[in-house]
Amino acid sequence: MSEVLLEVQNLKTYFTITKGKVKAVDGVSFTLNKGESIGLVGESGCGKTTTALSVIRLLPKEGNVEGGKIIFEGNDITNLEEEKLSDFRWKEVSMIFQGAMNALNPVKRVCDQIAEPILLHEKISKTEAMKRVKELFELVELDTNLMYSYPHEFSGGMRQRAIIAMALACNPKLIIGDEPTTALDVMVQAQILDLINDLRKKLNMSMIMITHDLSIITETCDKVAIMYAGKIVELGETEEVVTNSLHPYTKMLISAFPNIYGERKMVDSIPGDPPDLYNPPEGCRFAQRCHMVNSKVCIPEESPPLIDYTGEGHFVACHLWRNSNV
Amino acid sequence: MCENTKNIIEINDLEVNFKIKQGFYEEYIKRDKKIVRAVDKVNLNIGKGEIVSLVGESGSGKTSTGRALLQLTPISSGNIVFDGEEIKLNDKEYMKNFRKRAQMIFQDPYQSLNPRFTVFDIVTEPLLFTNSKARIAEKEVLALKALEFAGLRPAAEYLYRYPHELSGGQRQRVSIATCFIMSPDFIIADEPVSMLDASVRADILKLFVSMKEQQGTSFLFITHDLALAWLISNRVAIMYLGKIMESGPADLIADGCLHPYSQALTSVLAMVGEKKKTKRIVLKDETPSPLKVPKGCRFHTRCPVSRPYCSEVEPEYREINPGHFIYCHYPQKII
Ligand SMILES: Nc1ncnc2c1ncn2[C@@H]1O[C@H](COP(=O)(O)OP(=O)(O)OP(=O)(O)O)[C@@H](O)[C@H]1O
Ligand SMILES: Nc1ncnc2c1ncn2[C@@H]1O[C@H](COP(=O)(O)OP(=O)(O)OP(=O)(O)O)[C@@H](O)[C@H]1O
Ligand SMILES: [Mg+2]
Ligand SMILES: [Mg+2]
Repeated sequence: MSEVLLEVQNLKTYFTITKGKVKAVDGVSFTLNKGESIGLVGESGCGKTTTALSVIRLLPKEGNVEGGKIIFEGNDITNLEEEKLSDFRWKEVSMIFQGAMNALNPVKRVCDQIAEPILLHEKISKTEAMKRVKELFELVELDTNLMYSYPHEFSGGMRQRAIIAMALACNPKLIIGDEPTTALDVMVQAQILDLINDLRKKLNMSMIMITHDLSIITETCDKVAIMYAGKIVELGETEEVVTNSLHPYTKMLISAFPNIYGERKMVDSIPGDPPDLYNPPEGCRFAQRCHMVNSKVCIPEESPPLIDYTGEGHFVACHLWRNSNV
Repeated sequence: MCENTKNIIEINDLEVNFKIKQGFYEEYIKRDKKIVRAVDKVNLNIGKGEIVSLVGESGSGKTSTGRALLQLTPISSGNIVFDGEEIKLNDKEYMKNFRKRAQMIFQDPYQSLNPRFTVFDIVTEPLLFTNSKARIAEKEVLALKALEFAGLRPAAEYLYRYPHELSGGQRQRVSIATCFIMSPDFIIADEPVSMLDASVRADILKLFVSMKEQQGTSFLFITHDLALAWLISNRVAIMYLGKIMESGPADLIADGCLHPYSQALTSVLAMVGEKKKTKRIVLKDETPSPLKVPKGCRFHTRCPVSRPYCSEVEPEYREINPGHFIYCHYPQKII
């Protein structure tokens, strides 16, 4: 049996705004084993980043975990005290933030920026920290002669490697990548994805990969969670979810991507927009855009629970599958 | 539209150079002028009613090519033939008509719309130049028609909204409506869907295809996404460091590329739910700076099959099969 690293149970993270609450994450559950990778996929605004920020406990002040639990290596960290958090963040979990490669400090040498978390969290000297930085440079395949350079001397791909090195600085068990390759060119993206895959194997690290691009997930993740409007609508082994998808949303999302090895036919869109999470609709949140909607069931009944449809870990949250199962 | 010419656009040996501003010392004492050859002897035709995609990584010169076509960036050398005649930059009447017939849709739906204008103002702005005497009611009719066409329905509901009240996909539709109101013959769409979610971009792509099919509109579709280029275009051209490496029918992308660069690009494309059939060729390092274009074939420094000759002599851009052009001394299948 593989060992569980992270368990997210019925997580509810809301943002308080003047007129009320934005239910950005509303009942999300998944588990992640040691060494395993999971992808969080979905349209803009569905709650991917908020889920990650809840796990690493870095929500902005208007954001609060209002329900559910986050369990890391058997310990409930949902209410971990502030002083323990900073170590937790670098040594247990670290995150590559959306757009981080453009957020490096322009007036600080790259090596100093990477050494910073090391000096803060490991009791070692500056010289030892620099030795670690050098190792990290080698690990992410950056020329160690460039250690003392400033970020502007780095290309986009090199900066992303530096960000990855920083995330690895304190040997975390879990790394979260929030759209880590989105702004990069195809070839650089391929290089970075290869690097991430290699590092994960080498260091036996778990990963949460956030992206809106399903094709990236196919290449990097063991499992995938398809999110829609603050909820997971389908979850399972990547291969299984992508080839035998159950939820109408997953199917529509897949058919929005062209496949150059298949027939050349126009891709489909999903009509309409995702709901406003300040005031999400009753019933299934996807019902308004679903071509398979059954208005007698999908709208009046409660939001459908995520159930293991196959009994082998392929979960789906859809009234239609629920009813055909019973 | 002139009926007896086949191509809407013919690009002949187009060059676009940018001078980089430097310090006084480099500029005047060392006389070391730095020039970026953003577009370096590019040749490409776009047939009437055809969608041609220009694909390439960031900085390869796609936007510069597009802007030069519309005379929004000065051309350093070469010429552009529009519907059978060379563009007459100094002829005011000609240019007015040209600006009407050739339009550009810009990349970023979040920046390209003026936030203080309503959708109506934005969509009818081009009419100021061409039909300045149109009355409001008349303009409204045109705007509604254009918005409706661009898929914003019911159009009346969007007419007096501001950009910040629209989603990214809706903004991009406003840009398209703005372009459509002139009924152009030729549209340059610069990364029109790259900021949009996959779930909404198909509608925009379908719109282009239907403009092509119903009005015979021609397109230069600029993108970094090879799969989208394959999907919607008749022909594709792949750029690297200011030059077209390979061009030909869109189907090349699925299986027919002969340039090592194009093959590397297609080999790393991941398809949803598709197990990789071919080997991936992940090129090492990164594209050299356009200030230091390598001698000989500009791709030789990263080419997995380069030979000594490649670093010495620059290849010609030549036709190896009818309609299939290549910039490579040794075109070959490498996968
Ligand atoms: N600080 C905040 N205050 C109020 N609402 C917020 C805040 N941050 C995020 N939201 C809202 O929460 C929802 C989820 O946002 P989140 O950033 O998690 O989405 P995402 O899936 O990461 O999207 P993207 O792909 O665009 O990054 C959205 O509706 C967003 O508008
Ligand atoms: N106004 C300018 N002044 C100086 N250099 C420029 C200018 N515009 C573009 N360049 C340079 O010309 C080259 C080509 O740029 P261009 O914008 O055409 O690339 P692109 O293929 O459209 O890239 P992207 O995918 O990032 O939009 C780049 O090296 C760029 O830095
Ligand atoms: Mg996000
Ligand atoms: Mg561009």
